[in-house]
Amino acid sequence: MSHTGVTTRMKKTIGITLSGAASALILVGGLTAAPARAGSMAEWTHPSAAVLAAGKKLAFNRKKGNCLACHQIDDGTDPGNVGPPLVHVKKRYPDFAKLRAQIWDATANHPNSVMPPFGRNRILTNKEIDEIAAYIWTQ
Amino acid sequence: MRQTNIKGSRGFAATLAVLAAGVAAGFAPYPAHAGPEQDRIHLIGFYEARFPKLKLDDYVNGVYAINPQMRAEWEQIMVFPPYLPALDTGKKLFHTKFKNGRSYADCFPHRGIGIANTYPRWDAKRGEVVTLALALNLCREANGEKPLPYGKGKIADILAYMAETAKGKKIHVVIPANDPRALEAYERGKEFYYARRGQLNFSCASCHIQNAGRLIRANTLSPMLGQATHWPTYRLKWGALGTLQRRFRGCNKQVRAKPFPFQSREYRDLEYFLTYMSNGLPEVGPTVRQ
Ligand code: HEC
Ligand code: HEC
Repeated sequence: MSHTGVTTRMKKTIGITLSGAASALILVGGLTAAPARAGSMAEWTHPSAAVLAAGKKLAFNRKKGNCLACHQIDDGTDPGNVGPPLVHVKKRYPDFAKLRAQIWDATANHPNSVMPPFGRNRILTNKEIDEIAAYIWTQ
Repeated sequence: MRQTNIKGSRGFAATLAVLAAGVAAGFAPYPAHAGPEQDRIHLIGFYEARFPKLKLDDYVNGVYAINPQMRAEWEQIMVFPPYLPALDTGKKLFHTKFKNGRSYADCFPHRGIGIANTYPRWDAKRGEVVTLALALNLCREANGEKPLPYGKGKIADILAYMAETAKGKKIHVVIPANDPRALEAYERGKEFYYARRGQLNFSCASCHIQNAGRLIRANTLSPMLGQATHWPTYRLKWGALGTLQRRFRGCNKQVRAKPFPFQSREYRDLEYFLTYMSNGLPEVGPTVRQ
């Protein structure tokens, strides 16, 4: 797995060149590239039915977002309860960019979050994250 | 980013990793320089707060201790547990003589009977942790036999028999105070446990401490306490007995991390730490899980 390689290399790098948590944080900051946005903002904040359908599919797919593993969403079956139910999302996230950032890398705001960093670790592409965010925003 | 904390083994970085995990799970941080025994007592305290209705011995039943519906199905299965034929095979294999006329019994204290609860052990001569599975293969090699493949099959059958003869005895893993390398092995196991890994970025603690009792999709997450008391285990998903390290590999894979080889130092140290945390609980292997 390529990411495991990254992790191992990071461990080595830190072992050789850095010590202590503060410097580790700098390194992590360096690795966290700012999410590049695919397409125009309006495409995601005023999504078409096709985008919403794609987003829902990705969010429910076990091999993709698998958001249902941890969140109750919409009519998804067998939801987990590790994270909060995703309801009233627009009210909680008036700023679409903040919602997207949570999906890109939840650990940026909550270092102890168990929510996988979907963008940072390239679990999903930018477009996939946009589609999921567009769908989740309607919840 | 817990993996960034696990370098610089022991000392500051290790303490930090544990601190972070403690804060994440909402319990008080470990005191500085906490030893294994404080770790264990602290862990028990954490679970007591989360599952106030459970008694300590209940933890040997994993998810079945906390999910009544799953418990009922499991009890049905345990009326005639599907591992019984493998247990028979294991007993026969254990007592079959090697070509040189000796047998497994000659390699173990008390001829191997009623000792499974005392593994893994620190082996000062080898300078490493020896799990019961490794001890079986070391015994074979010492007697001119080829080692058995790990994870499942014959080795799991033999381990099941050895566990059965120790059933009810308390898990008793020792970290000898006179050899600092033993404590180092334990600390490495602990660091492994709290280190995030894989594309999905989970530590063992993310699931089995921080979220124990919660649902991940339809799976209830079992507490870490008691997880090392019942191996090998017949998993319905496997359709056979498998070892604890087979489960480690599965849990590594599901977070898209590269699993370590069976009996790698990483997994032996992890098993040492994990089993120490179950000290004082009864040995109940083999058993059945989903
Ligand atoms: C393994 C568990 C897990 C998975 C999988 C997961 N999340 Fe989360 N999520 C959490 C947790 C825990 C929180 C609570 C806040 C935090 O830890 O960041 C959270 C918080 C959130 C929030 C903020 C909710 C609020 O009201 O503040 C959003 C939005 C969210 N997740 C969306 C998603 C989406 C979309 C996916 C899938 C692409 C997803 N999550 C997958 C665990 C998960
Ligand atoms: C993404 C979540 C997740 C992570 C991370 C994880 N596990 Fe698991 N683990 C599970 C699930 C789900 C099960 C099956 C239900 C149960 O017993 O908890 C399980 C089961 C187990 C079991 C068997 C419990 C029993 O009673 O038979 C052991 C032992 C175990 N895990 C150890 C580990 C170790 C060690 C790690 C880290 C290397 C780890 N797990 C990481 C989700 C996880």
